[in-house]
Amino acid sequence: MSDTDKFDEHGSENGEPSRRDFIYIATAATAAVGAGAFAWPLVTQMSAAADTRAAGSIEIDLAKVSEGQQIKVLWRGKPVFVRYRTQEEIDAADAVDVANLRDPQSDDDRFVPNLSGVIDKRLLVMVGVCTHFGCIPVGEQGKIDPMGAFGGWYCPCHGSHYDTSGRIRQGPAPTNLPIPEYTYISDTVIKVG
Amino acid sequence: MSGHSTYEPKYAAERWLDKRLPIVRFGVDFMGFPSPRNLNYWYAFGGILTLCLMAQIITGIILAMHYTPDVDLAFDSIQRIKRDVPFGWLLQPMHAVGASMFFLAVYIHMFRGMFYGSYKNPRELLWIIGCLIYLAMMATGFLGYTLPWGQMSFWGATVITGFFGAIPVVGESLQQWLLGGYSIGNPTLQRFFSLHYLLPFIICALVGLHVWAVHHVGQNNPIGIEPKSKSDTLPFHPFYTMKDAFAIAVFLLIFALFVFYLPDALGHADNYQRANPLVTPPHIVPEWYFLPFYAILRAVPDKLMGIMLMFGAIGVLFVLPWLDTAKVRSMRFRPITRWFFIIFLVMGFILGWCGANSPDDIAIPIGEHGMSFKWLSRIATLYYFAYFFPILPIMGWIEKTKPLPESITKAVLSGDA
Repeated sequence: MSDTDKFDEHGSENGEPSRRDFIYIATAATAAVGAGAFAWPLVTQMSAAADTRAAGSIEIDLAKVSEGQQIKVLWRGKPVFVRYRTQEEIDAADAVDVANLRDPQSDDDRFVPNLSGVIDKRLLVMVGVCTHFGCIPVGEQGKIDPMGAFGGWYCPCHGSHYDTSGRIRQGPAPTNLPIPEYTYISDTVIKVG
Repeated sequence: MSGHSTYEPKYAAERWLDKRLPIVRFGVDFMGFPSPRNLNYWYAFGGILTLCLMAQIITGIILAMHYTPDVDLAFDSIQRIKRDVPFGWLLQPMHAVGASMFFLAVYIHMFRGMFYGSYKNPRELLWIIGCLIYLAMMATGFLGYTLPWGQMSFWGATVITGFFGAIPVVGESLQQWLLGGYSIGNPTLQRFFSLHYLLPFIICALVGLHVWAVHHVGQNNPIGIEPKSKSDTLPFHPFYTMKDAFAIAVFLLIFALFVFYLPDALGHADNYQRANPLVTPPHIVPEWYFLPFYAILRAVPDKLMGIMLMFGAIGVLFVLPWLDTAKVRSMRFRPITRWFFIIFLVMGFILGWCGANSPDDIAIPIGEHGMSFKWLSRIATLYYFAYFFPILPIMGWIEKTKPLPESITKAVLSGDA
């Protein structure tokens, strides 16, 4: 029996793992960990950069909005709607049977209390981005038509209708217009984000 | 079908080169590739598409020399290319119209393949590589359309990237990762430019595989039977180079008509307005070549379901070779299925029409209220999927096909090819 006959094609002796097997596995494992460690920064660089995240909060003076009016303020590249609702609009939002909504939420749940702990249902603050595919709903004047069948907002892209509380009532959007994280920092100024 | 090499170097220099790098031999054998003798003009689109890809890459590299990928400067830099850069008025529309011509040619090429059964054994992989090219083209077209940073660019990108937000659980973080921020902004534009530049070269690599595959299995032909003897084929050059050259000349006439007389006809007027994140255009539409898929997206009232259907409409193409159970390739010999195919084609156009209109508008004034585009697109979407399943699998089993000719030569000589 010659020397080479003792080894099979993988260089192992008598079916036992050889030193060469060990070197192969160790090399492959080190390379895999190295590739993974290098892939992480390559992938993560695409996330929002520190300056983008730092510019994430703004202050809005609600006193600038008068009754029946709406302003749009840019926050994180998206518009925030501040709507000073009329009494009819508030009544219309309250009259809805919450149980029948696609995304059930009462009108009161869509507000943050001010410094004295009171909810001011006249000043509705929400992110004006349709929850379907991110278009800006129209409805600044609060007209019934063509601003949507529910007197609130209408998304022209794929036909979602929102009511006077910004809740989804008809069309493809899955959820209500979102309420951003915000707090009152004085009687009339809020901080969003 | 890579036959024997026919190249014989004549001069000493050629022999010297051939021994060291047989590149001339490769070129000669490549161009002399035996092709079925009965190919019609529908087979010219491979050549036309190669030309389109080259034209897009050349004009694109030039445009990148003058374009600035910055949200404040991009819109103006495109206008500057059109007005101030020497021959920019020519090169910018060539690239923009070129994208449309590229898609026009690829759709004809794909429907050609579907009609003549070019996806069947042994050409399944050839077809799948083609589908991958189409997918990469769609991504490139979408990324390129955002670069001028007009209203349609911005809102089209918002809608399309919104798809990823619909994915359960990881959707929102995935979307933020793709955009590089909370919404579409400068990081998004810069990465879209980078990827728009990258993808055409990936398409080039896929085209290389596609051409390799077609040279390996041989071209299909209008009667869908394999060449059996030497008289069934002709060398690609000069026979099909000449035929392709004529088709390319006609194609370039149409291309030139758009570039010189109708450069904006295939675009959208809203894209001449600067991108404004506070105002959505009243009617967002994608480029015409995405309209059928856009109609499928809007056909269902559920967001996630719509996206799945839309991607499913492209995904089903990948499994087409296994859905069509018929042994006979060409629709010429499938008297019933060919009608299902023609309806499929018509439904494709109807979906495109639906995609261009508002879902709630009336498409056909029948009945008391008429049929809205939403309902029309639902019917067309249903047929689109029904064609692949169950129509094709069932027809493959039950249809009695017409007798196939004995050979390509016999069919040509009797005038049936």
